[in-house]
Amino acid sequence: MIDKRVASAAEAVADVHDGATVMIGGFGEAGSPIELIHALIDQGARGLTVVSNNTGSGDVGLAALIKHGRVAKVICSYPRTANSTVFPEMYRAGRIELELVPQGTLAERIRAGGAGIPAFYTATAVGTVLEAGKETRSFAGRTCVMEHGLTADFSLVKARRADRYGNLVYNKTARNFGPIMCTAASVSIVQVEEMVSPGEIDPEVVVTPGVFVKRVVVVPDPALESQWVREGRSYP
Amino acid sequence: MARQVARDIPDGAYVNLGIGLPELVAQYLPEGREAIYHVENGLLGMGPDPAPDAVDSELINAGKKPVTAIPGAAYFHHADSFAMIRGRHIDICVLGAMQVAMNGDLANWSTGEPDAIPAVGGAMDLVAGIRTIYVLTQHTTRDGEPKILERCTYPLTGRACVDRIYTDLAVIDVTSRGLVVRQMAPGVGFEEVQRRTGAPLFPGFAGSAA
Repeated sequence: MIDKRVASAAEAVADVHDGATVMIGGFGEAGSPIELIHALIDQGARGLTVVSNNTGSGDVGLAALIKHGRVAKVICSYPRTANSTVFPEMYRAGRIELELVPQGTLAERIRAGGAGIPAFYTATAVGTVLEAGKETRSFAGRTCVMEHGLTADFSLVKARRADRYGNLVYNKTARNFGPIMCTAASVSIVQVEEMVSPGEIDPEVVVTPGVFVKRVVVVPDPALESQWVREGRSYP
Repeated sequence: MARQVARDIPDGAYVNLGIGLPELVAQYLPEGREAIYHVENGLLGMGPDPAPDAVDSELINAGKKPVTAIPGAAYFHHADSFAMIRGRHIDICVLGAMQVAMNGDLANWSTGEPDAIPAVGGAMDLVAGIRTIYVLTQHTTRDGEPKILERCTYPLTGRACVDRIYTDLAVIDVTSRGLVVRQMAPGVGFEEVQRRTGAPLFPGFAGSAA
């Protein structure tokens, strides 16, 4: 029988190894799998390369993972937001590497990686500093840069609902990078608020088909990053 | 300024509004016109701001502010969202600017200072993928320095991508023969606009020679 449910966030991330590449979903706090990130902090893996749109806020979630020195490099489009202090301090101190990628290129690199496409061409970033060092080619008179697909060892994603096959539906704009990150990782790990029986999710509305998901853990009432930051909490 | 931009959005347009000033455009769309607002983090059909008791932390815009979804809205993942941008499906983008050059070069993501934390977001994707780019900005910096220049000094977001500039002083088209002033704010003359602009302007408003 196929059953992708695991009992706890700790169990879900137990085999993340030092030096792993980990995609972490979320756009700001929307879709950030905060309980999985906290479990990864407890687990202790170091030297991680994190692929994520932002770098977290306050002292919780992704910002806490970075603060505890677990992240060697981020591949990211917007590594600062309101209440984001951890990454800027570490970056200025030369303690973390940044690969800055335009947001749409980041999304397409992840999509391509998950679809087995090693590279593609895009007009985004042509004529800017982010074109530097990349192969260019002209299509129908338009210059494009070559960008490589991105894959990962693990992805940590938050969704709304799952069944034991790993079929997923998301919540509003918290969907953001979740579906493509599930496709691009060898082991995609998803926290959901609710587990339902197979068939309860209409096949017509499944957003991520279960084949892209390896592990699902139920976190019924996930923490809100902004609320924790407001309350001045930190993790652990 | 935002009202001026809204007047130039045709009925039926799909529009992406950048962070900051451009967010104001939606509220000024003239009666009887319908535009669909694209939010690049995964929503087509952004509605008005939510009531304070209806804020949903999982329904936000690109500036990470809470928004609402209109009846008939759609949610999608990031690769689909940027396929709408890169695939030329969004008609108009309204963006803020640090600098705009006379050839339409735009700089709006970084001052290039060594200790600045580089953060680009979706700006480069928007200007490369959307055909009509409107810039909405104050005419000069807080210190009175011109933002419209012969050449940008900050790192570029994209080359020759801006079509029209809306400022507190004027509406200026970027054309093959240079910057053409289409309209001026009440009480503002062409000479004043030129004086506060770092590139040559051509008069192209009603009553002018051009």
